[in-house]
This record gives sequence, structure tokens and C-alpha cells, in this order.
Amino acid sequence: MAVTKDEVEKIAKLAKLKFSDKELEDFTPQINEILGYMEKLNELDTEKVEPLSHPVEQKNVFREDKLKSSITTEEALKNAPSKDEHHFKVPKVIGDK
Amino acid sequence: MTFYKNHKEKLELLQSGKLNLVDNVNHFLKNIEDQKDLNAFNFVFEEETIKSAKAVEQKIKNNTAGKLAGMVIAIKDVLAYKDHPLTCSSNILKNFTSLYTATAVQKLIDEDAIIIGKTNCDEFAMGSSNENSAFGNVLNPVNKTRVPGGSSGGSAVSVAANLCDVSLGTDTGGSIRQPAAFCGVYGLKPTYGRVSRYGLTAFASSFDTIGPFAKSVEDAALVMEVISGKDENDSTSVKKEIPNYLSSLSKSKKFKIGIPKEYFAEGLDEEIRDAILDIVDELKLEGYEVKDVSLPMTEYTIATYYILTTAEASSNLARFDGARYGFRAADYKNLNEMYLNSRTQGFGKEVKRRIMLGTYVLSSGYYDAYYRKAQKVRRLIKEDFDKVFSEVDLLITPTTPTVAFKIGEKSDDPLQMYLSDIYTTSANLAGIPGISIPIGKNSENLPIGLQILSPQFEEEKIFLLSIHIQNEITK
Repeated sequence: MAVTKDEVEKIAKLAKLKFSDKELEDFTPQINEILGYMEKLNELDTEKVEPLSHPVEQKNVFREDKLKSSITTEEALKNAPSKDEHHFKVPKVIGDK
Repeated sequence: MTFYKNHKEKLELLQSGKLNLVDNVNHFLKNIEDQKDLNAFNFVFEEETIKSAKAVEQKIKNNTAGKLAGMVIAIKDVLAYKDHPLTCSSNILKNFTSLYTATAVQKLIDEDAIIIGKTNCDEFAMGSSNENSAFGNVLNPVNKTRVPGGSSGGSAVSVAANLCDVSLGTDTGGSIRQPAAFCGVYGLKPTYGRVSRYGLTAFASSFDTIGPFAKSVEDAALVMEVISGKDENDSTSVKKEIPNYLSSLSKSKKFKIGIPKEYFAEGLDEEIRDAILDIVDELKLEGYEVKDVSLPMTEYTIATYYILTTAEASSNLARFDGARYGFRAADYKNLNEMYLNSRTQGFGKEVKRRIMLGTYVLSSGYYDAYYRKAQKVRRLIKEDFDKVFSEVDLLITPTTPTVAFKIGEKSDDPLQMYLSDIYTTSANLAGIPGISIPIGKNSENLPIGLQILSPQFEEEKIFLLSIHIQNEITK
């Protein structure tokens, strides 16, 4: 199941990354080699095995539903690349095609 | 500089006035400056370190100092420390300042440790050689043509080159144990959930752990005693009694030890194999019961690991979009371009490769074939360990198949680089703890690491066997 350059471009789009043609040419065989190696798992019959999402399986970790403060607006904006007094600033979203 | 073997000795010297803490931190600061070419630190907190040393010195005089009083600690630059930079060695976080302190770091500070700086690492902890850092390569102090290992390369080097007493690293697939082996120091990866991940920048959330690098088993045990425990800010941290790891080191017990044959198969360097088996023979002579065991799922660990961790990484790293924090590209015409250009310019090559792999294995049509399949195999791998640990207390294996490789040797071949994690990823898949301890050097004078693995939450057993090897065998 080899992945083509076009498919790699499609994945890049999903991941919000851009690659030059040269990078895609390096990348595609590397990704194929790694994915090919991953196919190894198909040697195993896992029909009756439950997936494991966490190595230490815990159930229902609750905390009390108490109101507490986290960070201030000023702190939240501290690392923003573009901001005004109360908001993060980004390019216009509505009406953008 | 007055010599001490571990923190207990250091504290006695400080208390008796034979060692001055300000002199001690100045000595470390000078070492950092003199060995700048190692590139172990992203940031050094010089003035603060001296200020803290004075304050802790006073506390020692007043008899109000904590357990780690005067221990000089470097932390990996993926851990949050309020009002200090947090970059994950990535351009995308180059100007980021932490708003809060990671629980593990806060616990060190609460016991009067001194945080000397933040160490270099592979970008977002992704790498096995510290060649993927926006701050440049880190060199192995034992031989500067070699990699220090990764991803916690700077943390391992800071301890190996005597730039601090102890450091914190993180281990998602071997990132503490492998650099510890390559640099010749002790490095412990705790059980998943033993140490809170709050304030650790997420790479693969169901794999990530925080643990110490140290020059002695005693110091690794002491630091673990301090940083372990349930934390309400991390729902995956586990509520379980924390043993007094340090004081329990005086216990003596002859554990039943398993030698998994898959970890000594083809691909293992012969000198490493011989060095490990020499230690095992020594233990046998002392009356330890040693048994050959099998972990048949070993050959599937790397594939499983890289499917699951890249999937988790692609999801965790989606938050870096140039909107609320971190790097934003200068050139964009609309919101989508802002995301694209910020991420494309901000992330390094290996991080992008893993985001791509992770996005692929999670994408529609491939999710079941890769991601879900790997989650199932993960259970089989964990069951492999459960079974083996019903027969033996601990496992002894090599930490790495080779000693530290040359800088540039594997950097163009990602699959070869991934395969070098063969003996370490299994512990993260199964959530069990593991240590790498230095047991000597090969004919090229490069360090060899021995790995000890235990069932979940049985770090105490690991420490007990480690200190026995440290004090009685390798000396």
C-alpha cells in the first residue's frame, strides 16, 4: 500500500503544513518506508483483543465541582503574537474563502 | 571543589560549613561556561541561582531547609517554570514564557532545590540523538564526535559533565534511559502516572513521563521520592503510597531476575552483550536466581510505538497555530495561510515528519488499520510483561543495542533512528518503570548502560537492585 506524492500532499493539507516539491520527494519514500515497516503488525491476529489507550487503566477520575480561578486576561495575552487590550488578533475569518 | 558522592554527603558538608553553597553554584556556573561547546543548556539562570543559594544557605543555618536543600538541578526545556522561557527547543515557542510551574518542578523547589537552568533537547522531545533542536546539537562529553542520545540529551550531559548535581528529563520511548546510557549516568523512567505531567508539554500523552538523571542511585531515589504522587491537575496521575525510596535502599533482597531472550538477539553489540551478561553472572554467583524468559511481542514494539505516539503527537501539536501564543509567520493573506505558514516555518523537520505520520494513521480509512490495530497490539505487549512478571521480580536487559553513535550517522535515515529505540519503547507501551545504570565502558571508551525493568509502581525494587550493582559490582 504505497502512498503517492499526491496523498502526502493531502495529508499535509490536513495537518496544516506545506512542503516544497523537493521536500515532498524526500518525504514520500521515507513515509512509505516507515509505513511499510508498520504493516508488520498485520502478522498478528487481534480480532479478540480490546484496544488499550492508557497503560494504567483508571476509571472515573472525578474532582469536586468547585469554581476556581485560573489565569487572568492579561496573562492569557502575555504570549500572544498579536493582540489588543482584551483579545487575540487574527486575520478576518468571516467571508473568507 | 569539595568532593561529595551524593546529596546526603553534600548536605552534611553544607551543614558543617565545609562546603559553601554559593561557591558550589559558582563552580557549576563556571563549568557551564567552560563547557559551552557541549550546548547542554538552552537557558542558564545565573543571578537567580546565586540568589537562591544564599537563601538556602541561610535556611540550612536556621535548620529550616527541605530534603533537597542545596541540590543544584537542571530541568529539560519541555517543563514549565513560571516566568521563565519554555521553548521545547522549537522555533515555534522561541519567545514563550511559562504562566505557571510544572508540579514536578514545584515539588523540587518546595524542598529547597536550586534550579540552575533549562536543558537542550530534541524538538518537542522527538528524537534519539539531540540532533533535532532549534538550539543546535548537544555533544556527548565522553566523546564529542558522538551524540549524547535523546531526547533529553542536554539533561544527561548536564549531569555527566558535572554542570549540576541532578537533572530532570522526560521519557516517552527511552528519552531518559537512552541518553543516560550514552553519557554514563543513572536515568530513571518512572511508572506512567507516578509523577504528575502537569506542566510538561505534551508529546504523546499516554506515554510521557518525567524522571531524574543522577550520578548515584541514592540521588535518583531521593528525587523520585520528592516528585512522585497524585496531583489534582493531572487526572492520569495515580493515588498510591509513595515509598521512602532513599531510606529503603538499605534493605537487602535477592530478587528473582528474568533475562528476556529477545533483548539479546541479533542487532545487539557484542561488547554490550558481554558486559551485561558479566553483571548477570556476578549476580548468579551471589545467589540471585536468574531465569531465561521470553517477551515474544518485542518485535512489534517499534511499529506500535511509532503509530501511537505520532498519532498522539499530531493531535497534541495541533494547538500550535500562531493564534494565541508562539511563533506567527510574517506573511499570510488569510487565516488558513496564517496557520499553514506559522506551522511550516515554526516546526522542524522531524516534528513535521511525525505530525504527518500521525495525521495519516488517524485519517479516515486508515484509522482502524493503523491506530486501532496498534492500540490492540499495545495490550498484547502489556500482557507479555504481565505474564513475565508473574514469574520474575525484575528484568535485566541492555538499554541500547549500540553505544553512542556518531553525530550525523543516522540523521538522514529516520527508520534506522527509530529502530535504535528497540529496548526502551516497550516500557512506555506497558507503562512500567525502568532505569539505565552505567556499568562501564567499551573498547572505544564509550559508556554502556544496563536497563532494569519492574512491574508498574515497583520502582523500589529497581532502586534496590541498582544500588547493589552500584555498590558491590561496578563500584
